[in-house]
Formats: sequence, structure tokens, C-alpha cells
Amino acid sequence: MRISPNRCVACGNCTYVCPTGAIYIDPAIKRATIDRDECVECYTCFHGMSQEHLNPTLVRALRGLSHFFRLRFDPEPDVCPTAAFEPEELSWPRVVRRAFSDPRVPHESTGVEGRGTEEVKTNDVSGRVQVGEVGFTIEFGRPGVGVRFHEIERMTQALARIGVAFEKKNPVTSLMSDTTAGAIREDILNEKILSAIVEIKAPVERIEEVLRVVREVEKQIDTVISIGVSTRCDEDGEDNVVGAALERLGYRPERAKTNIGLGRVTNPQPEPVGELR
Amino acid sequence: MTNTLHRYGNAASFQDDYVVFAIQCRGKNDVGALPKLKKFLEMALAFQPVNLGDARHGGAVRPERNLNPLVHWKRSTRPDFRAVIDGLDAPTTVAAVFDNREAAANFVQALKEADLGLSINISTSVDGAEQCCHAAGLRRHSVGYSLGFEGKTERLPAAEVLMLSTMCGHSMISASLAGKMIDWVREGRRTPEEAAACLSRFCSCGVFNPCRARRVLEEARRRKPGNTVL
Repeated sequence: MRISPNRCVACGNCTYVCPTGAIYIDPAIKRATIDRDECVECYTCFHGMSQEHLNPTLVRALRGLSHFFRLRFDPEPDVCPTAAFEPEELSWPRVVRRAFSDPRVPHESTGVEGRGTEEVKTNDVSGRVQVGEVGFTIEFGRPGVGVRFHEIERMTQALARIGVAFEKKNPVTSLMSDTTAGAIREDILNEKILSAIVEIKAPVERIEEVLRVVREVEKQIDTVISIGVSTRCDEDGEDNVVGAALERLGYRPERAKTNIGLGRVTNPQPEPVGELR
Repeated sequence: MTNTLHRYGNAASFQDDYVVFAIQCRGKNDVGALPKLKKFLEMALAFQPVNLGDARHGGAVRPERNLNPLVHWKRSTRPDFRAVIDGLDAPTTVAAVFDNREAAANFVQALKEADLGLSINISTSVDGAEQCCHAAGLRRHSVGYSLGFEGKTERLPAAEVLMLSTMCGHSMISASLAGKMIDWVREGRRTPEEAAACLSRFCSCGVFNPCRARRVLEEARRRKPGNTVL
């Protein structure tokens, strides 16, 4: 993303809108400027702000006049008055930033908008997490802190060392050069993104072990982590295993995402192939 | 996409926050999903949602690409549910947000009877979702718990800011803007309704809850700056 210096009037609205605080008014040029190293290409400024198409010269003159008389102009805070944002064509590896930061862009690896996969949201159809298993979603960087891939790699390598399996249909897994070692491809390690989700699955007996590893690594990296733990309920719709295990570990989950089991396979299924004679 | 799971707050703060969403499973029930997703949104209208949305186009209050300059004196904050339904042009996750459990439970009951075949999820407090299921005569299939935020939590903003900004789980609502809206409501420069609409426009999948946001903003107005909610 770039901001046209010819159109920007330095109103400052976008400086609040940027989730990572990468936009500032550069006093040298008196225009909004993007710190390209901090920008995660989330396109919030471009898609989220409404646009006017006012004449920049006129707006600068009016703003200058208001400033001179110390009048407070109270414009709408989510508007770019001159439509100054200009999306750029992104090339590798920078394009990875957008793939993990702009939820409107579906991941090629999953086809799902956003940064993760279907998780247990479609578990009633996919059967991804079975009774006795636990699915973990370990999300890095949100809300609003961001993360670089080398920080994520510290976690994936630690998890790989205890032998957990990474979800194959996950964007982070698709960027690993070695899934058995949890290694992420080198050319993207310094790319900053808004967030990414590492997904793993483990037997229910390993909850404590996995969470212990996560807690150890999270102390070593400079971002926030949000953890989701999912499980299949029993025939009565109860979870007497994972919730209880989490409580024993000191967690008191307040919020949950509950799949109510109304999904089913409806796609036409391929004809069974008969035995060759 | 755990976009509704990690909303900040305790169970009591989700009393007016029920997100019901439908999602198709790739390769299993995605063929012909579009009309079913539209039906989901149409059905939700009968239960007075506070927001509707899809993951491609956003919610019922959206940014505009060509504003009239007079908008600074009069700007609509009314949700346009019809635009969400008519604008859905490809299968994606769709959501309906409710501000009370009864409406969410009744909607879930209607979905059960409609038998769309799509996966339906409820995102709210653990107990709130369970009660919705019981009311509709359903048993939970799977549950995903949020364990909250860990790591460098000192980099996070104040609790009331988090309560607003995490209502877009994709972090499209910046903490700076949420903090600015709290300040503007406190200064009387915007009403809670206007501030909630402003934040809502940034949520790219329409799961922002403007009703909860108004409550948080009202509570923040009467609180000394820097104090936390929880």
C-alpha cells in the first residue's frame, strides 16, 4: 500500500485506523506516510475507510485556514477525504503479508477467507477432531500487535520437537520447508503479518504437555498469543474431558465456539469403483 | 479463522453477544451452498439480528467508496440487511449477530427445522451456547474454547479498548480507533451509536456487535480514563 503525496492532505484520520500503527504524518513532507517495515498489507486503510474525492488543494487550504484561526474541524473519523490510498502490486515475499493480514483474500492453500482453516467449525461434516482428540489453534499477533514468521517458527520448532502433527490444510503449514522439524521457509522469516494460526491435533492425554510448551515459548517471543482448544462432545452433547482438564490446568474458559451438529455431506459422491475382473 | 472466538470479556459481558454462523465444508457440502447461505441470512431477519454479514463483503454498515461531502453533517448509522443478503455472490462464511439469548435460540430452532445441511456454530459464552442448544433440543457436536490472550500481554491496550477492538477478530478495528471513539464519546463529540457504527464499518466479515459496542462505550463514558472494565 502507498499513499499518494499529491492527494494526501495530512488529515491524520488514517493514523488511527491502521491496526499496527504503521501510518504517521511525516513532518518533513507534511503528508501521511507508511512505515513499510511495519505495514502488514492488511488493506484496512483502503477497504475500511470511506472515501470522498475532494480536491486536495481546496482541502489543504480549508484545513490551513481552520488551523490558523484555531478552529476545530470535526470530520468523520473513518473517511479519507481525497481517496489518497493506492494499492500496489505485491511481489514475493511481501505478498505473504497480505495473505496473512487481509481477511478478504482467500488463502490458496485452504480456500478459506482469513488466516486459518475450518477447524471444528465443520467438524460435524469433516470429522477433523474425534472423541479422545484435542485440536489446538495457536494464534500469533492479534489483536493488533502483529508477528514475524521467525517468531512463529520458534513455536513450530518447539512443537515439532514433541512430535505433534501440524494440520495439513493450514496456511502456516503450507509455508513450512520441513514439517517434521517445524521449519518455515527462510525467505519469509522476517515478513511481518497481522496474525497467523498454527493448528495441531493431539490425543487428549497430551493437553498439558502441549500447553506447557506453548507457555515456555511465548515467554521468548515479542508478541501476544491466543489459544483455542477444541474437542468433540460425547453422545449427550457434553464435554466432560477437555473442559475439566483445562480447569485443572488453571484455565477458566469464558467463551467458546460451539458446533451444533446440523451439517452433513450433501455433495454428490463419486460412484464406487467396482472390482477389476 | 477464529474471528469470533477470542472476544475480550468475561461470560457476563457476553450476555448481549450471540454470533450464529453458517459455513460450508470444502469438498463435502459446498456444492450448491450459495442459496442455502442466502436462506440462512433471510431466516435470521425474522429474529431481529443486530448485524448480518459475510466474510467477503462485511456487515450491514459498510464503508462507502464515493461519499458526498455533506455526509459530515448527517451520516446514516442504520444497518442495511438487504444489501448483505443481495450482495452475497459466492459461498463463504455468513453470520447473524443477536443481542439476546432468546432470539439466538429461536433462530437456532428455526435452522434445525430448515435442515440446510451446512455446519452451524454459536459463538458466545460457554453456558450461553449450551442453553441455546438445550432450548432448541440439540446436543452440541463440538466445542472450541478460548483460553484468552497470553505472551506479551503488556503490549495490549486497556480492557475497554480490547472489548471493542476484538469484536473484529481479524484485527481490522484498530485499538487506536477504538480508543479514539471512547474519547470522542466521553467528550460528547459522537454518540455511542455513531461511534459503534464507525467501528462497525471496519469489520470485514460482519460479526461486529453494535449493541454490545454501544453498551461498552456508554460504560466507558462514565469511567475515568485508564480504568478497566473487568
